[in-house]
Amino acid sequence: MAAIELRGLTKVYPGGVTALDSLDLVIPDGEFFALLGPSGCGKTTLLRTIAGLETATAGSIRIGDRDVTGLQPGARDVAMVFQDYALFPHMDVTDNIAYPLRIKKVARAVRAQKAREVGERLGLEKLMDRRPGQLSGGQQQRVALARVMATQAQAFLFDEPLSNLDARLRLEARTFLKKLQRELGVTTVFVTHDQAEALAMADRMAVMENGHIRQIGTPAEVFQRPANTFVASFIGSTPMNLLDGVVRGDTLEVAGCRVPVPETAAGRLADGEKIVYGVRPEYLSYAAEGPIAGKVVLVESLGASYLVTLEVGEDLVQVTVPEGREPELGEAGCAVPRPDRALVYRDGELV
Amino acid sequence: MSTDAAGLGRVRASAFVAPALILIAVFLVFPALWVVLLGVTNYRLTGLAAADPEFVGLDNFVSALTDGRFLDSTWLTVQFVLGSAVIGQAILGFTLAKVLHGRVKRFVEGLVILAWILPSAVVSFLWIALLDRDSGTLNTLLGIPGFPWLLDHPMLSIIVFNTWRGTAFSMMLYGAALGNVPPSHLESARLAGANGWQQLRDVIFPHIRGHILTNLLLISLWTFNDFTPFLLTAGGPDGKSEILAVHVYKVALQGGELGYGAAVSTVILLINLVVAVFYLRLLREQR
Amino acid sequence: MTGFVVRRIGFYTFVAVVLAFFALPLLWLVTAPFTDTPTYEVKVPDFTPANFQAIVEHPYALGSLVNSIILAVGTAALVVLFASLAAYALSRVRLPGRDALLYALLLLSSIITGTAAMVPLFQLAVTVGLIDSQLGLILILTGGLLPAAIFMLKDFMDSTPKSYEESARVFGASPLQIVGHIVVPLVRPGLATIAVWALANVWGNFLMPYLLLSDVEKQPAAVIMYTLYTEGGQPNLRLLSTFGLLYSIPVVLMYLFVSKKYGFRFHGGIKR
Repeated sequence: MAAIELRGLTKVYPGGVTALDSLDLVIPDGEFFALLGPSGCGKTTLLRTIAGLETATAGSIRIGDRDVTGLQPGARDVAMVFQDYALFPHMDVTDNIAYPLRIKKVARAVRAQKAREVGERLGLEKLMDRRPGQLSGGQQQRVALARVMATQAQAFLFDEPLSNLDARLRLEARTFLKKLQRELGVTTVFVTHDQAEALAMADRMAVMENGHIRQIGTPAEVFQRPANTFVASFIGSTPMNLLDGVVRGDTLEVAGCRVPVPETAAGRLADGEKIVYGVRPEYLSYAAEGPIAGKVVLVESLGASYLVTLEVGEDLVQVTVPEGREPELGEAGCAVPRPDRALVYRDGELV
Repeated sequence: MSTDAAGLGRVRASAFVAPALILIAVFLVFPALWVVLLGVTNYRLTGLAAADPEFVGLDNFVSALTDGRFLDSTWLTVQFVLGSAVIGQAILGFTLAKVLHGRVKRFVEGLVILAWILPSAVVSFLWIALLDRDSGTLNTLLGIPGFPWLLDHPMLSIIVFNTWRGTAFSMMLYGAALGNVPPSHLESARLAGANGWQQLRDVIFPHIRGHILTNLLLISLWTFNDFTPFLLTAGGPDGKSEILAVHVYKVALQGGELGYGAAVSTVILLINLVVAVFYLRLLREQR
Repeated sequence: MTGFVVRRIGFYTFVAVVLAFFALPLLWLVTAPFTDTPTYEVKVPDFTPANFQAIVEHPYALGSLVNSIILAVGTAALVVLFASLAAYALSRVRLPGRDALLYALLLLSSIITGTAAMVPLFQLAVTVGLIDSQLGLILILTGGLLPAAIFMLKDFMDSTPKSYEESARVFGASPLQIVGHIVVPLVRPGLATIAVWALANVWGNFLMPYLLLSDVEKQPAAVIMYTLYTEGGQPNLRLLSTFGLLYSIPVVLMYLFVSKKYGFRFHGGIKR
C-alpha cells in the first residue's frame, strides 16, 4: 500500500497534442480516488501514465517512497483493470487470476491455490474452470478484480470498471467495488465519465477538462461547491442552473429578477459587476411567491420527484419538486433559492 | 495512444521484421529490378550473348512494341481478361451470390469452390478431357463428335475455362458483401415499390461499390498474370491463344531470348503497377 | 401466380445449367481412375484397382506427392513464422517508414508475379546454385507469398485489442513472454488461415517448380503430372486420371477441414 504523488506531470503526444498539462496531485495511502471528466479530457491518459503504459513527457510520479517515472509498467508494482477487462480468452478463470503469479515464477500448485482463495473471496469458486467467453459481464468483472487482487500490488488502477455492465448490474457492482476497496485498503485510482459513479464511490475525486484538473475534493464538496462553471455544469444528474446576472447593490439582477446575494458570496462583490448565478434544481423550491418568477413550460418525472422548467424572461430555470406537488403546465410560479447553496461565479470561477 | 502495447521497442521490432524483409528483398524485389536491367541487354540463354551480354538500350522494348506477335499477344490478353474475369467470373459470381439460397446454395457453392481449389495441373487435364474432339464429354452431349474446340476456338475455350476456374472467388466476395447490405434498406426500397432491378441499382450497388472495385481489380490482375492456359493450349494453335504470360515463357525460356523476354516482363510489371496504383487510389478515396 | 411459376422455372433452369457447367468437367476425375482402360470419355466405372496399382509402381508418382508435401509444409512454416513476426512488429510498433513499407508490400504482392519475374528468378537460381534445390524453391516461394501474408496478418493483429498485451505488461511480463503467452494463442486462427492459404498455394503451383526443378526425383506432383506420357508420346490416361485424383484429395480434405472448423470465413481467399 502506498500513496501516489504526481508533480508537474505532462504528456504531449507526438504531433503536439497536450493530453496532460503539468498536473500536481497527491493521493494518500488507502484512498479510493476518482478521475472524472468528459471523453478526451485526459483522465485515461493520466491513469495509463501512472501505470507506465504512456511515458511522461515531463514531471514525476512517485508511488510509495519510489520515483517510478522512468520504470517499466511491470516494475511499478501497480495492477490495472481495463475497460474491456482484458481477460485472456484462451485461459480459464484460474489461469487468468494466476497469470501475475506465473510472471513472478510462483510454482504452479501455489498459483492455483492462491487463485482459488481469491476466487472464493469474490464468489467465483464455481466458475474457476470456465473460459472468459462463458462468463457474464458481471462475472468477468469479478475475475478481473480477482486478478489484480492476486498481484498484491501497491496500488490499483481501474479504467472505467463499470462501463461494460448493464444499468442494473452497475449499481450492484458499484456497492461491491466500494466495499471491496474498503476491506482491502489498497490505494485505488479509477477513471469514469459518469459523475454519479464518481460521487457514489470515491473518497475524493478530481474533475478534469482538456488535460487540466479543474477541481479536487470530496464528492460532497464538488457537488455542493463546484469551483468553476465547468465543474458546476458537469456534476449533478440534473444540470445546475447557471444564469447571467449583474450585481445591483446588495442584490443580484438575474433573468430580469432580483435575488439576494447568497451567503457564500456576501461582501465579496462590487456593484455593477457581471457574474453568473448558479443554483442546483435540488436547492430551489417551487412556490407561489418568490424572487424568481416565471411560467411552467415543462414538467418531467424523475420518479420520486419532478423536474419543473420555468420560463423566466429569456432564461429557463429548473426546479425539483417532490411528487404530488407538481404544478400544471402554463401555471405561473416562482423558484426560491436556498441562500446557503446558491453560488456566484466571476469569470467562470467561484467567488 | 501509444501503439507499442507489449513494450517491444524499436530494436526488437526491427529484428522481428528483418527476416521477412530480407527474403522479400532477395526473392521478389531484386528479381523485379533485375528484370528491368535485363531488358536493356541482349542476354540469351545460350550462345555468345550468354557469356558476354551487351547493353542494347531500349532496343528490346522497341522491337517488342513493334513486334506483331507481342501486340497480338497483348490483344489476346485483353480479350482474356475482359471475357473471363470481368464478364465471366464477376457477373456469374455476383449472380450466384445473389440468387442462391438454402440447400441449393450449399451444394452449388461446393462445386464452384471445388473448381477453384483443385490444382491447376489437374483441372487443365479435366478440361482437355472435356473438350477432346473424339470422345470428350462436351461433344458427346452436343452430338458433334470430332469438333476440335481447342484448335478451332482456343480463346473461347480458355475464357470459358478460366470463368469456370475462378468464379468461386467473386461468388464468395460478393456473398460477404451482400451480407453487409442492411436489410432495412432493402425493405424500405420494397415498401417504396422498387422492383428487383431498381433495388439492385439504388440499394445494393451503392452499398457494395467498394467490394465490386476490389473484386474487379484483383481478378483482373490475377487473370492478366495467369499461366494456367498454357497447360490447356500451350498458346496454340499457331499463337492463337498466346496470352502475355505464355508469350514470355515461350520467347524467354523456350526461345532463350532472355533480354527480350525481360523487356516483355517489364512491360507486364508496368501494367500491373498501373492497375495496382489505380486500385489503391480508388480504395483510399473510398475511406 | 403465373409470374411466380415462370420465375421458379427460370430459377431452376439457371441452377441446373450452372450445376451442369461446374460438374461436367469434374465427372472425368471421379470415373476415369476406376475405369479399366480410360479414354477421355466419361464412362460408368468398373471399379478396378489396377490404375492405383500402376501409380504405386510408378517410379516417381508417390515420391512427387511427398515432394509436394515437403515444399508446401516447408513454405507454409516459413511464411507463418516470418510473416507473423513481421506483422506483429508492424502492427504494434511505429517503426520509421512503416506506412511506406506497408504500401510497398501491398504493391509488391500484387504486381510481382511468377509471370513477370520468371526470367530473373530462373537466372538468379542458376547463378547462386539454387536450381534443383528444394530449399531454394521453398525460399523463393516464401519470398513471393510473404508480402500478402504480412498484410493479411497485420490486418488480423490490428483487430486484436491491445489491452490484453498491456494488461500482461502491467503484471510485469517481458515482451517475449507477452508474445508467447498472449499474442500467439490469440492470433492462432489468423496463423492457421495463413498456413492453409500458403499450403494450398504451393500445392497447386506449377510454374515455379517447373522452371526451377529439373531433377525428376525432386519434382512435385504438379510437374510430374506432365511427365505421365506413354512411350508413344500420348498422355497415359490411366496414370494421369488416377494421379490427378490422388493429388487433388489433400486440398479437398483441407478445404473441408477449414470450412468445418472456421465456417470458411472470407479472408481474401484461401487460394492464389
